[in-house]
Amino acid sequence: MKRTITLTVNGTTYTRDVEPRTLLVHFLREELALTGTHIGCDTSQCGACTVLLNGNSIKSCTAFAVQADGGEITTIEGLAEDGKLHPLQEGFWEEHGLQCGYCTPGMILSSEQLLQRNPDPSEEEIRKGIEGNLCRCTGYQNIVKAVQHAAKNSTAKA
Amino acid sequence: MGAISGMVGARIKRREDPRLITGNASYTDDFKFVNMSYAHFLRSDYAHARIKNIDTSAAKKHPGVLAVLTGEDLKGKAGEMVAVPFGANCIIPPHSAITSDKVRYVGEIVAVVIADDRATARDASELINVEYEELPAVVDVEEAAKGLPVLVHDGIPNNIGATLEFGDAAKTKEAFANAEVIVEQRFNNQRLAPSPMEGRGCVAVWQKGEDALTLYTSTQIPHYTRTFLALTLSIPEHQVRVVAPEVGGGFGAKLNYYPEELVCAYAARKLGRPVKWSETRSESLASMIHGRGQIDYVRIAANKDGTILGIDITAYQDIGAYYQVLTACISALTGLMATGAYDIPAAYFKVYNVLTNKVSTDAYRGAGRPEATYFIERIVNLLANEIGMDQAEIRRKNFIAKDKFPFATPVGLTYDSGDYDIALDKALEMFDYANMQKMAADARAQGRYVGIGMSSYSEVCGMGPSKGMFTGGGWESATLRFEKTGKATVFSGASPHGQGQETSFAQMVATEFGLDYNDVIVKHGDTSNTSYGLGTYGSRGTAVGGAALSLAIETVKEKANKIAASMLEASEEDVVFDAGKYTVKGAAGGKSVTIQEVVFRAYVNPFDGIEPGLESTRFFEPGNFTFPFGTHICAIEVEADTGEVKFLKYVAVDDVGNQINPMLVEGQVHGGLAQGIAQALYEEIVYDSDGQLVTGTLMDYTVPNAVELPHFELGSTCTPSPVNPMGVKGVGEAGTIASTPCVVNALMDALINTGVKDIDMPLRPEKLWRVIHGK
Amino acid sequence: MIPSTFDYFAPAALDEALSLLSEHGDNAKILAGGHSLIPAMRLRLAQPGVLIDIKGLRSQLSYIKEEGGRIKLGAMTNYYSLETSDLLKQKAPILPEAASTIGDVQVRNWGTIGGSTVHADPSSDLPAVLLALDASVTLKSSKSERVVALSDFFVSILTTSIEPSEILTEISFPTPAGKKTSYKKLANKASHFSVVGAAAIIGVDGNGVCTSAAIGFSGLAAVPMRSAVVENALVGKKLDAATIEAACSGSAADVDALSDLHGSQEYRRAMADVFAKRAIKAALAS
Repeated sequence: MKRTITLTVNGTTYTRDVEPRTLLVHFLREELALTGTHIGCDTSQCGACTVLLNGNSIKSCTAFAVQADGGEITTIEGLAEDGKLHPLQEGFWEEHGLQCGYCTPGMILSSEQLLQRNPDPSEEEIRKGIEGNLCRCTGYQNIVKAVQHAAKNSTAKA
Repeated sequence: MGAISGMVGARIKRREDPRLITGNASYTDDFKFVNMSYAHFLRSDYAHARIKNIDTSAAKKHPGVLAVLTGEDLKGKAGEMVAVPFGANCIIPPHSAITSDKVRYVGEIVAVVIADDRATARDASELINVEYEELPAVVDVEEAAKGLPVLVHDGIPNNIGATLEFGDAAKTKEAFANAEVIVEQRFNNQRLAPSPMEGRGCVAVWQKGEDALTLYTSTQIPHYTRTFLALTLSIPEHQVRVVAPEVGGGFGAKLNYYPEELVCAYAARKLGRPVKWSETRSESLASMIHGRGQIDYVRIAANKDGTILGIDITAYQDIGAYYQVLTACISALTGLMATGAYDIPAAYFKVYNVLTNKVSTDAYRGAGRPEATYFIERIVNLLANEIGMDQAEIRRKNFIAKDKFPFATPVGLTYDSGDYDIALDKALEMFDYANMQKMAADARAQGRYVGIGMSSYSEVCGMGPSKGMFTGGGWESATLRFEKTGKATVFSGASPHGQGQETSFAQMVATEFGLDYNDVIVKHGDTSNTSYGLGTYGSRGTAVGGAALSLAIETVKEKANKIAASMLEASEEDVVFDAGKYTVKGAAGGKSVTIQEVVFRAYVNPFDGIEPGLESTRFFEPGNFTFPFGTHICAIEVEADTGEVKFLKYVAVDDVGNQINPMLVEGQVHGGLAQGIAQALYEEIVYDSDGQLVTGTLMDYTVPNAVELPHFELGSTCTPSPVNPMGVKGVGEAGTIASTPCVVNALMDALINTGVKDIDMPLRPEKLWRVIHGK
Repeated sequence: MIPSTFDYFAPAALDEALSLLSEHGDNAKILAGGHSLIPAMRLRLAQPGVLIDIKGLRSQLSYIKEEGGRIKLGAMTNYYSLETSDLLKQKAPILPEAASTIGDVQVRNWGTIGGSTVHADPSSDLPAVLLALDASVTLKSSKSERVVALSDFFVSILTTSIEPSEILTEISFPTPAGKKTSYKKLANKASHFSVVGAAAIIGVDGNGVCTSAAIGFSGLAAVPMRSAVVENALVGKKLDAATIEAACSGSAADVDALSDLHGSQEYRRAMADVFAKRAIKAALAS
């Protein structure tokens, strides 16, 4: 039996009827057509599906959409404001922090969580902060640089 | 050799990125079509079993199910899967997209359900009842090569699909007879799961009115896929369009034509509805091709001064239950690189391609060359230890001298160019070798386990000359088209999926025509707008695809020059082109026309005698492969209590010839290092003795995260390749090839006082701990 | 990838959740963070007919407080809250320390201490820590409420003594005042679960003599366990290096240790020694 849920995603509120077994990631991708959030595994290791729920990063493949009812979600599509890239998006671009790009949305949201909690992380802290996200292309080195780039620019802005 | 000028050689940030960092890129699973249906594949839980009966009746009745297909349904309607044979005695057993007689590996498809939505397809698949009669599983490759415990396919004696030989057995035997030192070791190059972050997936769309198929698929080879679809489904090739949209990594695993692609296309035509399939990670680990899976018995003959006289290898390649497209060819690449970076007068390599009850092995980043580099770099270190020689010195002593290029090896290749000493020297300097050696020796004297490892590689890539390619083709195509308004569009037959050629190819065109970089775009991956191309693999995207573009640039330039000459009313020879402007030689301050004006004129009011338009499609056929090389050195400490490892330093010096965009080159090296290090330390596909997949999820198959990998220090030298106009060599696989033996050499150096000479990869903490504690 | 169908309830209050549970019994599963349950459901290794999502109880069941000499943790407290709690950092720093090693940031943001305790995965970190803290769990049903010592709660692999009609609502333990504590683990690099982890809670008097010792092991055996062997070898002794070494030597010799790809039985036993030693030393240095 379907349930009616209401979620605010990237500032827009949506009300939809969903099957309880619908994973949050499928809801975002299929119901809301927000396909920037990806699916890379089925056991909660890869982090490609990472989004922020009420300000906390979660793996949207390990949550049912019904669990997020009433919540506020930020996906990769919601980071840039008025066409201006988020400092992390800038950082990933500047430092070649991506290749195939599949892990990138999740990686950026995990990095966003990290910088919210620790605006000036060390390399070790960055690596630890993104350990829930797998990248198969970059060897992570340029991702670390991308986060450092964003940290520097965010701090400079503040 | 093209000069590096303008934007070529610059660290330009990527053109691809804006869509990728904002979530606006479209990967295969992001496509949706009206009336789309979904496929779910029912796969075998058994490694080896006879199918006695399949009852699909309940599944067919499940609401929302459109079709349930088994192997019987495809008989006579779909061809066998495609495999390139290799070796004179190669026997390719039948391989149907959906099996009907037996299952031969865990994960093999036994049926497919097509339904209105994903969940329904999966629910219904649970209603299919398959009766199996379990058979003994063929798991151990060396046992399998004796025909034990049973045959995987009737008619392939001893499960040996082919035996390949390279080099000269008699000459090698003689070298061993005259050697002062012989060192031998068995090396296990374990099976790996390529694990691109995006699994496989496709959407097949049948256009009824046109009798045509479009397949969106996550592939590295759209044009090959189109040909294979045409052949296996009897659709005229020009009625098939294949699109590789954004592809989330491939690493060789998507250099293939898979049963799922065939079945989705078949079902779309049969049902008249689009059919989508998106692989899950657990499906991927079981049924996407694996890489490596080779056992090598290696013997090396030398004199006491370190001069290598010969090398002899007997190898067993675990090819799995069927041949996928290049399965038969991978071990040949090992044979062809069996002498590595060394001038070894005699070599002999023999490999048995052995069938087992596992998923097929095929190309995975490096494809055959990591296996060769692993055994030769490992055994050279064992030899150095045996005769008490420094690992850098033994390498230097045996390197192919720089004045010997092009160098014909005893196993049948001709290396294009090289200067191995300069890469070694640079790596030693960056690593601070002497001091690090002292540090390691001091640490070991204190009872710590610190080691230094090295790997000097040469690899074969830029695949490749057609005569040297197993597939019968190694060229690549490119079209450069100027649009009327002066914008340029490149259509490449290569199919990049993260490598960044939308950027580097634009750099090439912008440089050559003095264009604003933003006025050039690069399209690829769609067979409907690109000339036939062979795709992206074998580190060929730039070395071959880029070379094709450089030919197209030349052709367009010639014509543009002609038009400019007419516009300037000068002879062609007198026209000078610089920074986007044509002028007449010697006429300072005189007339000039811009490239944009020339382009406009090519389309509007064209000159008599000059064909309208300004575009060129060229195919580049390389005269040879390219051979990048380099030296990697690392220092690692093993924690005695636990066997856990810690990198102290990792230096990689690679020579990939000229670099169009060094930032992209470094990115490729980083990623390559990660995968090579992962093979040394973390990754391993494990099947148990019944052929059950133990590492079936990412809870058990260890793709390393950021914490598990070190910071890399990169350097490069530049020895241009004479094979292509730009002097590039290819960089996609070098890091992977070099790093695995480098890491294992360091670990074995750390454990040198234990007397243990080799440990099978991956060198998990427990294995290191066992050696340290003599367990 | 997609779980089987199930009926879904999201009760707003504990009473409601309990009555749903008594109605559906064995067929129902409580959904808290879902980090163990949802992957199992996606692989269809678990196919519960009814899910009772207790997110509506979060305001009731998510808390960290000290009352009457005991630390009380609401069952829905997530790992991140444990990791960052000032109260715990002061009064039971082993919990933040251990919580920070669980999974990854996303898992810690969502996974709950109650869920992990009821799931009783032997490789999970907190159960061993809670055992060492002498924790008890409060189990409520619509008819009863009982408090069970954790040592009686873990029965066998992935099995506890909770009844189908019960919900674990609270975990509590005596404030380890004046105790020295630490948790050290060898992590499975793929899943980040522990191959072996050791929790040490040590009381020491003014002369450096051990007055109490609680050692918990994760990952070692089929159930999270305490090591009486090590504890007995420490208590009453001056905790010098030799004593610790001796106490932790062969600590798991008699334990029926787990064995898998990530560590054989022999290795896990040896790692029990190593990590017990590390935890004890780190505790003493704390």
